[in-house]
Amino acid sequence: MVPVDYYILLSAVLFTLGALGVLIRRNPLIIFMSIELMLNAGNLAFVAFANMYKSFSGQIFVFFVIAVAAAEVAVGLALIVEIFKTRKNINIDEMNSLKG
Amino acid sequence: MTQTDFYILLPLTVLTVWACVLLLVDLFIPKDRKGITAFLAALGLAVTLGFTVTQIGREGTGFNGMVTLDGFSTFINVLILVSGLFGIALAYGYIKRMGIDRGEYYTLMLFSITGMMLMAQAADLIIVFLALELLSIPLYVLAAFARPNLQSEEAGVKYFLLGAFATGFVVYGTALVFGATGTTSFSGIFFAASNGTSSLLLTIGAALLLVGFGFKVAAVPFHMWTPDVYQGAPTAVTAFMSSGAKIAGFAALLRVFATAFPSLSADITNVLWALAALTMIVGNITAITQTNIKRLLAYSSIAHAGYILMAFVPYGNKEVMPVSIAAGLFYLVSYAVTNFGSWGVVIALEKAEGRGLEISDYAGLAKKYPALALAMTVFMLSFIGFPPTLGMVGKFYLFRAAIAGGYSGLAIIGVVTSLVSAYYYLRVVVNMYMREGDPTIEREPWLNFATAATAIITVGLSFVPQWLFLLASTAVF
Repeated sequence: MVPVDYYILLSAVLFTLGALGVLIRRNPLIIFMSIELMLNAGNLAFVAFANMYKSFSGQIFVFFVIAVAAAEVAVGLALIVEIFKTRKNINIDEMNSLKG
Repeated sequence: MTQTDFYILLPLTVLTVWACVLLLVDLFIPKDRKGITAFLAALGLAVTLGFTVTQIGREGTGFNGMVTLDGFSTFINVLILVSGLFGIALAYGYIKRMGIDRGEYYTLMLFSITGMMLMAQAADLIIVFLALELLSIPLYVLAAFARPNLQSEEAGVKYFLLGAFATGFVVYGTALVFGATGTTSFSGIFFAASNGTSSLLLTIGAALLLVGFGFKVAAVPFHMWTPDVYQGAPTAVTAFMSSGAKIAGFAALLRVFATAFPSLSADITNVLWALAALTMIVGNITAITQTNIKRLLAYSSIAHAGYILMAFVPYGNKEVMPVSIAAGLFYLVSYAVTNFGSWGVVIALEKAEGRGLEISDYAGLAKKYPALALAMTVFMLSFIGFPPTLGMVGKFYLFRAAIAGGYSGLAIIGVVTSLVSAYYYLRVVVNMYMREGDPTIEREPWLNFATAATAIITVGLSFVPQWLFLLASTAVF
């Protein structure tokens, strides 16, 4: 049996990678993938802890997160497609029509 | 599901069903008569408001302790529903004029409001997470509602990416809190934490949650999305989200920290102190250089988040907490009212393609439209905290509570930054009264009504603030 610490360590690494990805990468799709990585790091931690406590509520939270992430994907991809249709390009650095 | 469960979520259920039905009904309303959708949405909010008002004074928990009903949730719900009504009044003429008159606008708004109400009633981190997403996802769409306008689309994408980023923090924070305590309900966390399991995991989890909520309420250093999103989004959407989302975010912040994490207050209070001070300073100083009125008001909303945060600093101190939170709620009301009014004036002057949004466009307003200029002056004075306005009373209560709690330093920062803020708020007033210009405005009955009503409330309530403060005091749990 793998100790719970290993899972939590892995989830912390995944979460950090995701957060770094959001801050460093410039393509909204990659940023979006990094955000999914952060959410799944949370899911992994939840499942590991739920197993540790033998409690179901952690696993149920994971279902909620998966469902909500799917809703977010729908809206997020729609927004990215929409901006691509307008400017044929989705680089974050060129999204600079707003500043002051 | 028992009767109590149903009763506790009654207003929320009504509004959710109403929004779902409205989504279908809207399909049968012809394109040129979307005003009917606006009316039906407002009716739904009014009915929900009626049900909420009947719940005043009732308390209880439902769905196995997942949701709660108390004075605090009722207070916040009433505030959110009234904000929603004002939001519809501001949007009604605006989205027609801007050619984005689509019925989904109102439905999305209703869904977002259900999320905000659920946020105020949450008693479990699962519900907080769901409510946060329910309120945010419609707002992402609304921010990009003026498509194919590039600025609006950019606002939508930026809001979405940073909002989802914040969600990641909330989820991971919740996971760590669950890991430390074995439960996600506030009372369970409180029980576990006060029984000595105040581990490192719990502290990190609470900090991550704080980051997530910090993004939602736009506290410095998690504020960088705010000016871009507020500027790019259609102005009516900005008005709604700068009030509604902020109210809900603060409600969640308060509820989570005051009921689940009082045992961490020794650490968290210092963090909140720094956040409040930074938010006030950065928000007010950056606002000085702005020339666009939407960006100016965006930075002003950041600064005001700092003032409201100030009330949350002593949340773990049982003696000071009730007065301080009551002052915070009072300030939240005064901010929401003033905020809606000022965005109403901005909407009245805005022209298609983002023109009419520079502060110089306000020159000469007082000569041509004295009533509108007077209203804007009232709102600016209220933002500064100048008598006789609600903002002044709100700041007075806030600073008094901060000093009573032993945070004189914070109160001094508050007073000094308010003085700084006078510079950029008064610049708008000077432009209106002392410069020559020839502005034109849009006259829309509902917009005029909303602006006049908020101006009257801002001045009128400042003469009888005790009444509102008493209401806010009874709302503190």
